[in-house]
Amino acid sequence: MQVPQLPGAPASPHAPVLVTASPLVDFSSTSENTKRFVDRLGLPAERIPLRPRQQPMIQASRPYVLVVPTYGGGARHGAVPKQVIRFLNDPVNRSLIRGVITAGNTNFGEHYCLAGPVIAAKCRIPELYRFELLGTARDIQRVGQGLELFWAEMSPGP
Amino acid sequence: MADEKDLEVWHRLTANFWLPEKVPLSNDLPAWKTLSDVQREQTMRVFTGLTMLDTVQATVGEICQIQDGLTDHEQAVYTNIAFMQSVHARSYSSVFSTLSSTPQIDAAYQWTVDNDLLQQRCKIVLGYYYGGDPLKRKVASTLLSSLLLYAGFYLPLHYSVHATLTNTADMIRLILRDKAIHGYYSGYKYQRSLQQQGPERQQQMATFTDRLLRELYELELEYSAELYEPLGLMDDVAGFVRYNANKAMMNLGYPAPFDSAQVEVNPAILAALSPGSEETNDEDWAF
Repeated sequence: MQVPQLPGAPASPHAPVLVTASPLVDFSSTSENTKRFVDRLGLPAERIPLRPRQQPMIQASRPYVLVVPTYGGGARHGAVPKQVIRFLNDPVNRSLIRGVITAGNTNFGEHYCLAGPVIAAKCRIPELYRFELLGTARDIQRVGQGLELFWAEMSPGP
Repeated sequence: MADEKDLEVWHRLTANFWLPEKVPLSNDLPAWKTLSDVQREQTMRVFTGLTMLDTVQATVGEICQIQDGLTDHEQAVYTNIAFMQSVHARSYSSVFSTLSSTPQIDAAYQWTVDNDLLQQRCKIVLGYYYGGDPLKRKVASTLLSSLLLYAGFYLPLHYSVHATLTNTADMIRLILRDKAIHGYYSGYKYQRSLQQQGPERQQQMATFTDRLLRELYELELEYSAELYEPLGLMDDVAGFVRYNANKAMMNLGYPAPFDSAQVEVNPAILAALSPGSEETNDEDWAF
């Protein structure tokens, strides 16, 4: 199957890879806003490395939901962090993504959480939720409950 | 010690650079003439108030953080932010010099200078800017960029919902885009410095930040009431201020202090804030 490629360099086939069975995969810059949101969810999650040359890239072994911040502060180009593009360029990771949750700031106007629709269109998966900055208590509650329902609906019935 | 965030923020800031001359404010003249005297006077006061705050921020708030910068890059970022705050101050004055006349502008400035609540807001943040505590400087600066201006920003967003002064609202959206990065950066640097401190100092700063937020929030509401109660918009403005107070605290790494019931923002205002993302309405999302 031809996998459509996102712009950005593909991962080296010789790079070490960490296989993960977490239902959540997240990415954060050094400000770690998104990481803190994911930590508060209290669900198993694996983090896409910030420095792929120094840390092993990760590869999913089961369907997962991606949680990412929007980069660039107001432009389509560069809205998806390059580490996330690299992660999604792995055909295995691309085939197992089931949804995306995006962090952003409404101050960026029409580009609010732009990484969400970009990834949703590239990977043909639904955008599940948007939150601002660290997320509020209500965001945590809604995403926690939402993910539970989402996975229940995804799994084949008895 | 290098921090990659400095260069990333520098690139974002320079990519977002703009000048008020690019916004055709004079196209708002026909709409301006349809406003009542009260509405026009209120608009002028909102913009003179904003000018005052951004002038404080450009000439003191950002500059005073240069001395605390840990890298050359960080210092350069503050000079960039300070310059953009001057662009913002100039943008507000472009609005009233385009739409209004000198006597009206002078009257609005006089109102601002004589307004105790506005002066008090400035005095409080200036006290920390000139004070000896680098962390308190960062907190005050972040709260100014992420909280204090928003009662003012509400008015042009409100008018744009009613298809009035839409070019002015476009300009405000450019300013909002910048403010998000300014507040994020000061808040991020605050958190980096706070990590180096012992638990006692961290606790002290958490208490300080919470108190300063409450103090500025109360002043913001009192000031907003003077402007918005005559127009029956106060409840809506208060929700918008609390919504932004939550974002200001999150920029500083603290939990949002107001719960969701207290930060109900008029959906039309949210749509004016993020045009084209109306699909963010709850019912359109899986959850």
